[in-house]
Amino acid sequence: MAQNQASVAPMGKGKRSKVVRYNKWGYIFLIPFVAVFLVFNLIPLISTFYNSFYENYMDGLTQIGPTFVGFENYKQLFSDANIWKFSANTAIMWVMGFIPQIIVSLLLAQWFSDSRLRLKGSTFFKTVIYMPNLIMASAFSLLFFALFSDSGPINDLLVNKLHILDEPFKFFSSVWGTRGLVAAMNFLMWFGNTTILLMAGIMGIDVSLYEAAEVDGASSWQRFVRITLPLLKPILIYVIITSLIGGIQMFDVPQILTNGTGNPTNSTMTLIMYLNKHLYSKNYGMSGALSVVLFFITGILSLVVYNIMYRKRDKEA
Amino acid sequence: MRKFKKIAALTLVAAMAASAFVGCSSSSGSSAAGGANTDPTEPVTDASGEEISYRDQLKEKTYDGEGSVLNIYVWNDEFISRLSDHFPGYEKIDATNGKIGNVEVRFTKVENTDNKYQNNLDDTLLANGANQENASADDKIDIFLVEADYALKYVDTDYTMNLADLGITDADLPNQYQYTKDAVTDSNGNLKGISWQGCPGLLVYRRDMAKEVLGTDDPAEVQKAVSDWDTFADTAAKMAEAGYHMTSSVNDTYRVFSNNVTSKWVEDGTINIDDNIKAWVDMSKEMVDAGQTGTHALWSDDWSKGFYQDGNVFCYFGPAWLIDFSMACDQEGSVGYDGGWAVTEGPQGFFWGGTWICAAAGTDNQELVKDIMLCLTSDEETMTQIVEKDHDFVNNSVVMEAKATDSSFGDEYLGGQNPIALFCNGIETVSLENITSYDQGCNEEFQNTMKNYFDGNYATYEEALDAFYEAIKVKYPALNVPE
Amino acid sequence: MSEPIGEVKKSVSTHARRVIAYIVLIFLSILCLFWFYLLLIYSTRSMGEITSGITFIPSTHFAENFKNLINSSQPVFKGLRNSLIIAGASALLSTYFSTMTAYAIHVYDFKLKKFIFTFILMIMMVPTQVTVLGFIQLMTKMDLINNFIPLIVPSIAAPVTFYYLKQYMESTLPLALIEAARIDGSNEVRTFNTIALPLMKPAIAVQAIFTFVSSWNNYFIPTYILKKEDMKTIPILIAQLRSADYLKFDMGQVYMMITLSIFPVIIVYLILSRHIVSGIALGSVKG
Repeated sequence: MAQNQASVAPMGKGKRSKVVRYNKWGYIFLIPFVAVFLVFNLIPLISTFYNSFYENYMDGLTQIGPTFVGFENYKQLFSDANIWKFSANTAIMWVMGFIPQIIVSLLLAQWFSDSRLRLKGSTFFKTVIYMPNLIMASAFSLLFFALFSDSGPINDLLVNKLHILDEPFKFFSSVWGTRGLVAAMNFLMWFGNTTILLMAGIMGIDVSLYEAAEVDGASSWQRFVRITLPLLKPILIYVIITSLIGGIQMFDVPQILTNGTGNPTNSTMTLIMYLNKHLYSKNYGMSGALSVVLFFITGILSLVVYNIMYRKRDKEA
Repeated sequence: MRKFKKIAALTLVAAMAASAFVGCSSSSGSSAAGGANTDPTEPVTDASGEEISYRDQLKEKTYDGEGSVLNIYVWNDEFISRLSDHFPGYEKIDATNGKIGNVEVRFTKVENTDNKYQNNLDDTLLANGANQENASADDKIDIFLVEADYALKYVDTDYTMNLADLGITDADLPNQYQYTKDAVTDSNGNLKGISWQGCPGLLVYRRDMAKEVLGTDDPAEVQKAVSDWDTFADTAAKMAEAGYHMTSSVNDTYRVFSNNVTSKWVEDGTINIDDNIKAWVDMSKEMVDAGQTGTHALWSDDWSKGFYQDGNVFCYFGPAWLIDFSMACDQEGSVGYDGGWAVTEGPQGFFWGGTWICAAAGTDNQELVKDIMLCLTSDEETMTQIVEKDHDFVNNSVVMEAKATDSSFGDEYLGGQNPIALFCNGIETVSLENITSYDQGCNEEFQNTMKNYFDGNYATYEEALDAFYEAIKVKYPALNVPE
Repeated sequence: MSEPIGEVKKSVSTHARRVIAYIVLIFLSILCLFWFYLLLIYSTRSMGEITSGITFIPSTHFAENFKNLINSSQPVFKGLRNSLIIAGASALLSTYFSTMTAYAIHVYDFKLKKFIFTFILMIMMVPTQVTVLGFIQLMTKMDLINNFIPLIVPSIAAPVTFYYLKQYMESTLPLALIEAARIDGSNEVRTFNTIALPLMKPAIAVQAIFTFVSSWNNYFIPTYILKKEDMKTIPILIAQLRSADYLKFDMGQVYMMITLSIFPVIIVYLILSRHIVSGIALGSVKG
C-alpha cells in the first residue's frame, strides 16, 4: 500500500484532482465484492450470532421457540462432555496427519531445492505428490471406505495375498484404525501442497548463506538446522496455522468414511460433524452457539496469520 | 375476480371429469358419492354392453382439469418402479420423470437414512404451508411416502389428507390387512394413508448350509432348529463350529426383537428402553463374542457379502422384498441365482419396511392421487400383477391367500418353495401398537451405539446407553432422557 | 592431499543421499498413485469378481459398469453437468471480480482503502462453515433453495483469490500503464477490461483452476441448498452412495461413480500440472 501511495503522491496539483476524480472508481470497483460479502457472509454471520441466543428447534413438524434464552445454549454446549470430546478428536486426527506431513514436506522441499542433489524427474514427482490435493474428498473417502472394509480388497491383500495378518483387520471397528485412516487421507491430500509451499520458502533463502556455511565445513544437516529452519520460520508458522484452520474444518473425510456416525464410539466425530448434526436436527439455537464458538477460534487463528503476513509486509516497506 | 374464475374453472372441470366417467359407467366412478356397495375398481359395462376393466378405464383418463405436475416424494426406486410398471398409462421419461395422461410426474428422491428424507420433506412441507398455499402449482407436493417408523409424525398433522376427503372409504379396501391401516390412522380415527404391500418377515436361510450342519434343508425341519431364541443360539453355535456365521450382522435380528416390544420408545416425552430391546443386546453381545455374527451396518457391502456363494452367512431375516429386491438374486454368483435360499418362520414374527402412500394436503391432483392409491392398493388385477412380476407381498388377503395355495407358484430364488403361506401366517401377528414418530431415529442410533458395545469399544452396556442418550439429545432436542 | 579425499567423501555422501531421496520419492509416489490405480482396476470388475478378492489386473466389465451406472437411478450425468455449471461459473465470476477488487485496491487511492484491505486480510481465513446456519436461513427466506445462485454468486467475494491476484498485480501491472491508457482517453472500465485483465491472465488461470476444483469438490454447503435429485452435484451423489439404501450393492457401479468424479479432474490436472504446481507457491506465501 505504501508503495502505491508513493507513486501517486508526487504528482502535480492539477493531476492530483484528476486522480481524486478517478479514485471514486476505487469504490465502484469494490461494489461487487462488498455487496456479495454483505449479503452472503455478513448477514448470515449476524443471524448466526442472533440464533445462538434463542431456543429454537423442531419437534417433528412443530417449531419450538424461538424463545430468548441468553447464554443458555452456550452453557449447555460447554456443560456437555461432547464438545470437549469432539474438539479432542479433531485435534488428535489433525496432529496425526500433520506431524508426518510437515516432516515429509520439509524433507522433500529440502531435497527438491538442493541443487547438489540434482534430482531427476522432480517435476514428475511434484506433479504426483500434489495430485491427491485436487481429489474430491468425498469420493476419496468413499473409495477408502470400500477398499478398507472388513472384507474389502486391502484386507484381502493383507490376509490372503501377503499373509501379513491372520484375519481381516476391522479398520472401522477400531478407534485408531479409523482415526488412522482419516489422518492418512489428510496426510496424502496435503503433504504435496505443503512441500511446494516450503520449497518456495527455501528457494527464497539467500544462496550465499549456504555457500558461506559450506566453506566453514557445515554438514548438510547443520545447514538445514542452522540456516533453513530459522529462516523458514514465518512460512512454517503460516503453514501450521492455515493447516490448523483447515483441521478445524475437517468434515468431508470422516463424515463419508463413517457415514456421519463418528464411529467407533464417536471417536472420529469432528466439530463440524457435530455442527452438521445440530443443523440436521434443525436445532438452530445449538448450531448457532457452536458456530459462534468456531467463529471465534478460527477468527483468532486468522488474526495470527494476518499478523505474520502484515509484519512481513511492513518490513519490506 | 380471479379467485372466482378459478373456482368456476375448477367446477367446470370437475363436472367434465364426472360426466366423462359417467359416460362409460352406469354405476358411477366417483366412490365419494358411491356408497358402501360400489367398488370403484370393479369393471363397468359400457353402452354396447362390453365390460371395461378398471385398468382400461384408467388408461383413458387424461386428468386435464388437474395440476399439470404430480410431485411425488420418495426415498428409493421401489415406488417409482411400482408406479411405472403397474399404473396403466404411465409413460416413463427417465429414472425420475414420467407422464400420466397430460400430467407430468416428478419424483423427488432423498435417501432415508439419518432422517434425511424426513428432513427434506419437512422443509418443503413447512415452506409450502399447511395447505401448500405458498407453493406454485407445479411445486405442490401431491404424494409423499412414509414408513411405519415415522408415519405418525405426518399422519397426526394436517399435512396429510384424510382419505375419506379423497373419496376413499374403508369399504373400498375390504381385503387390506388391518395393521397396514393402523399404522396410518390418526388419533381421531381417520385413515390418512394407504399401502400396497404387507411386510411380514421370515427367516431366510441357505439350503446348502442347513443340509451340511442340520442334516436337512426342509423348512419344517429347519424351523425346529430356530423355533425360539434358545434353539436359535444352539444352532448358531453349531454353525460357528462349521465355520459359518449364523447371521451376517447383529442388526439382522434387531427388527425381530423391536417389533415384539411391549412398550414404546418414547413414554411421556422420555426415552424408554423396552425389555425386549435389552434382550436383543444381551443375545447379540454373546453371539458377537462367540464369533457367530458380525456387527456391520445393514446395507453395507460387508453385510451383503452373504448374498453370494462365497459368503459364510447362514441366515437373514427379511420380508418378501428383501429376497426379491436386495439379495442380488438376479446376479450370477449370488446364492439366490441358483435357488439356494429357503424360508421358514423363525423364532418370532416380525415385519420390516412397508411403504405407505400419503396424499399431501393441498394437492392439486386429487383425482389422480385417488386413482393411484386405488389402483395400486386395492385393484385385484393390478395387485396380482405386482405379486407375479415383483414377488411383492401385496396388501390384499384375497390375492395372497389365492397365491399361498397355488401349487404352480414357486419362487425360483427359494429353490421353488412357495413362501406365501408362511408370510400369510406371519402377517397375522404383526402389531403396531407401540410405534411412535421417533422410531426411526431411535432405532438407528440405538443400533449404531450398540455396535460399539458389541465391538468392545464401549466396555459396558451402561456406557453405550449413555452414548445413545447423548445422540438422541442431539437428534431430537424435544425428548428427555432418563437421568 | 586432504582435499580430494574430502571431495570423494562428499560425493559419496551426496550419492547416498540421492539414493535415499529417490527411494523415499518413489515410495511416496506409489502411496499417492496406488489408490487410483486400484480404483481403475475395480471399476473394470463385475460384482462377482469384486467379491472374489483383490487383483491388480484389469478385467473386462468397464463398459458394462458404465452402462449399469447410467441406467441406474443415480442421475450421474445430471450431477456432472450441475457440478460443471456451478464450478465453471464460480471460477469465472470469482476470478473476474477478484481481479476487479484487487484492481480497486491496487490502482486507486481512497479513504477506506486501507480499512477494506486490512479487513479482507483479517477475514481471509475464517471458514464459511461457521456462518452456514445463517446462510441456509437467508437462502430459505430468499427462496434460493434448489437454486445454483447460492453456490455461485458468493464466490465473487473470495478473499484468498483476491489476495493472490493482488500480489501478482503488484509485480506485473505498473500504474504508469494505467495512466497512459487514461491519457489515450480510455475510460476506467475499459482500461480494466482491456489492459489489466489480459496482463493478469496467468494468475487468473491458476486461480480459476483452484476455484473450479474447490467448487467441484464442495460437499458441505451444497447438501443444504440442493435437495432436488436433478439439481444435485457429484459430491452429494457420492455421499448418497455411502449411506446407500438397497439396490446399490453393485460395487462395480460404486467404483465407476468414483472414477467418473475423480478422473476428469485428474486429467485436466495432468494437462495443466506445470502451471498449477508452479502457481501454488506464488501467491500464498509471497507476502
